[in-house]
Amino acid sequence: MSANEAKHDIEKIRQAHKVLKEFTYELKPVVKGYNDRTLYINLATLEIKEKPVPALMKKKFIGGKGYDLKLLWDAVSGDTRWDSPENEICIATGPIAGNTNYPGSGKSLVTTISPQTGIPIDSNVGGHFGPYLKFSGFDAMEIQGKADRDVLIYIDGNQGKVQIMEAPLEATDSHVVAEQLHEMFAASEREKQHISVVSAGRGSEHAWIGCLNFSYWDKRRKLPRLKQAGRGGIGTVFRNKKIKAMVVKYSGLTGKSNNPVDMETLQKTGLKLHKEIIAHDEKQCQMRTIGTAHLVEIMNDYDLLPTKNFRFGSHPDAKNLASWVWKEMFTQNVPDGCWFGCTMSCAHGIDNFELRTGPYKGHKVLVDGPEYETVGGCGSNPAIFDPKAVVEINFYCDTYGLDTISFGTITGFVMDCYENGILNSERCGGLEMTWGNWEAALEMMHQIARGEKFGLIAGKGIKFMQEYFAREYGADARFLKDIGMHGKGLEQSEYQSKESLAQQGGYYLTNKGPQHDEAWLIFMDMVNNQIPTFEKKAEALHYFPMFRTWFGLMGLCKLPWNDIEPADNAKYPEPNKVPEHVQNYVDIYNAITGEKIDKEELIRQSERVYNFQRVFNLKMGHGKRVEDYPPYRAMGPVTVEEYESRAERYDKALKEKQNIDPTGKSTEEKITLLRQYREAQYESLIDAVFKRRGWSPEGVPTVEHLKEIGMDLPEVIELVRKHL
Amino acid sequence: MKYLKTIAEACIGCNACMSVCSKLYFKEDNPEKSAIRVTPAADGSYTLSACDQCRACIAECPTQAISVNRLGVVLINRALCINCLACVAACPTDTMMTWRGGLVPFKCIACDACAKECPTGALKIEVKED
Repeated sequence: MSANEAKHDIEKIRQAHKVLKEFTYELKPVVKGYNDRTLYINLATLEIKEKPVPALMKKKFIGGKGYDLKLLWDAVSGDTRWDSPENEICIATGPIAGNTNYPGSGKSLVTTISPQTGIPIDSNVGGHFGPYLKFSGFDAMEIQGKADRDVLIYIDGNQGKVQIMEAPLEATDSHVVAEQLHEMFAASEREKQHISVVSAGRGSEHAWIGCLNFSYWDKRRKLPRLKQAGRGGIGTVFRNKKIKAMVVKYSGLTGKSNNPVDMETLQKTGLKLHKEIIAHDEKQCQMRTIGTAHLVEIMNDYDLLPTKNFRFGSHPDAKNLASWVWKEMFTQNVPDGCWFGCTMSCAHGIDNFELRTGPYKGHKVLVDGPEYETVGGCGSNPAIFDPKAVVEINFYCDTYGLDTISFGTITGFVMDCYENGILNSERCGGLEMTWGNWEAALEMMHQIARGEKFGLIAGKGIKFMQEYFAREYGADARFLKDIGMHGKGLEQSEYQSKESLAQQGGYYLTNKGPQHDEAWLIFMDMVNNQIPTFEKKAEALHYFPMFRTWFGLMGLCKLPWNDIEPADNAKYPEPNKVPEHVQNYVDIYNAITGEKIDKEELIRQSERVYNFQRVFNLKMGHGKRVEDYPPYRAMGPVTVEEYESRAERYDKALKEKQNIDPTGKSTEEKITLLRQYREAQYESLIDAVFKRRGWSPEGVPTVEHLKEIGMDLPEVIELVRKHL
Repeated sequence: MKYLKTIAEACIGCNACMSVCSKLYFKEDNPEKSAIRVTPAADGSYTLSACDQCRACIAECPTQAISVNRLGVVLINRALCINCLACVAACPTDTMMTWRGGLVPFKCIACDACAKECPTGALKIEVKED
């Protein structure tokens, strides 16, 4: 298409807009990292209003995910389902977000009641939408109600204007609509940098694993980049509300946009980390050149890279997906940060990638990624070892608005079911879902996008498929339960946890389901044996989830915490916590807000919100111990093949940990004995963790604990009393 | 490219260069606001540091606020700078400068003012191949 034709198209799309509602608001500067107001939009009634943040909400919920959860709690009842009109999508930043000095400060936190889990999901996403929303005047926004036709929400942060408009002609797929809207809302090439677009994609219309894409303008590539709020189906809710896209426009960003009380400390602390990253990244994690994909061969070497639906942790062909392969394919490298001033710069991409399948076959596109989770999920786990196939799956997941982690884990499960005879070509819509068949995996995704055949089933996730295959095909429900890698309905992310009890807890003793953003303890536990007792594991499963929750309260990225470390980090006590970086966070929080917290209060801030989220799960009819168990495949070998592939390891475990001589026993007997032991260990782990977290044996936060941490709001206490 | 050549052996530590630089660009006599820095060493010698126009900062800038002019001098567009200081961290010679309270970094633009003021010829504007 020529430039003139493209401009004509944009004009046509613009002319089809019809403003349904406009709201104007007073522009005010951010003060000490806060606006102290949020934006409310109802798509059914077309109500738009600003809401002041009450002092109590600010004190207890701090910002980011805390604000999201509070707004969502107030909006829904225990009967609300993901597609109920009152369900909301909430997007927030936090007091630290949007500063340009400290790397990793541009994250948005997004929550909704998940189609997959029925409880709140939260996702942490880069791109410029959140910070621009903040500097437009709002600490958070909530979108309630459903539109009756496709709409676009536009926020002009320089004019103080919010509009809801009909948007019939925009594309739905993210890579197209993001480009259209950057073009449309920018008055000049230079203004494109001041726009951010949130969109989903046509896959989100049919699957429960829909994600949101948050854009930012890449000035060097002259294209929008897309970062994903991936987990739990937020994109599904977005399209169910008939939102085509949201656009924010804000110019005027400076290092002082948060109006911090102590600019000098903020600059000094940020500069220290910039220098640390630039000096040491190449020797440490190579985030600036490879990003999270540097992990592939490390995970493979430690038998932690999921292959064949988590049966195994390594594969000889994993070298085809190793970091050096991606390093060759990535273009540009620096700066590749998803927010200004992030020298970690890990958001890599591949330019001019020619697609081999689907509606964009033959197009040369920019692909964001792949990151480690996508390589593990969409590559090794379904045994797809063709890197170009992984890149293509990555591209279509993004543009269709599908979560690469869930899609990858789903694909592994489907292929496992296919190999076990539960599925066949006919049941899979004509697809031969054999290990490594990347064309079939992609066609399954195109079926999801078209809303047809097997795509409609697979797109609803593993929990749905387990019930469906047992009911419709008479499959063994116990076996499906053992091999279906999900918790609470959310697919597991891409690390093997079989040999790390602490990581089994890190995945399954979580608020939203098995996502590694709460705790990643495999090296501490399995490799370095630093947390050998239940008490030590429980302490780690208290500290790290609480610490990492804080990133979500602030609008921060986790990566600059421990994917770069000071050169002398190992000299200090508890190096796993990266103590100097923890102090950096305390310092920049105090520098922006003027508060005077210490590292203990930092944990306490998180603890309040973490416990609130646990109680929120109870409100939605979930949130008890019974839902905190992994499928057995996350804990040990389910099948003879799995056991025998690592027989030496498991025989040794029987001997050393259970005092059982494996000699003469059948593999089936040994599997049973090992399983009894590991399941009992997990029960003991839950007991220890719940006790450390101040929860009852059933996993309900106790009244005493809620009072102690200061999360004793009357509605919270009233709710837990019903369950204690 | 045009750049400020420093000859440390010739420096006598009079600081006239820092004075003229900060006065020219910040209207005050303040070594913290000079793009040329004179640092005394214990043995009585001096270290001179100023940008050698190597361009490492350009790649690091997320907003493309740093560019090279036709003479090869690296310049910062203040209107585009968002004050992240990534360029300061990326500078291999520590000559992308900041001052306490300042937002936009600053650097030597090989203007010649300090070289003209230097009584010993320790500073010279020269041209080298890109």
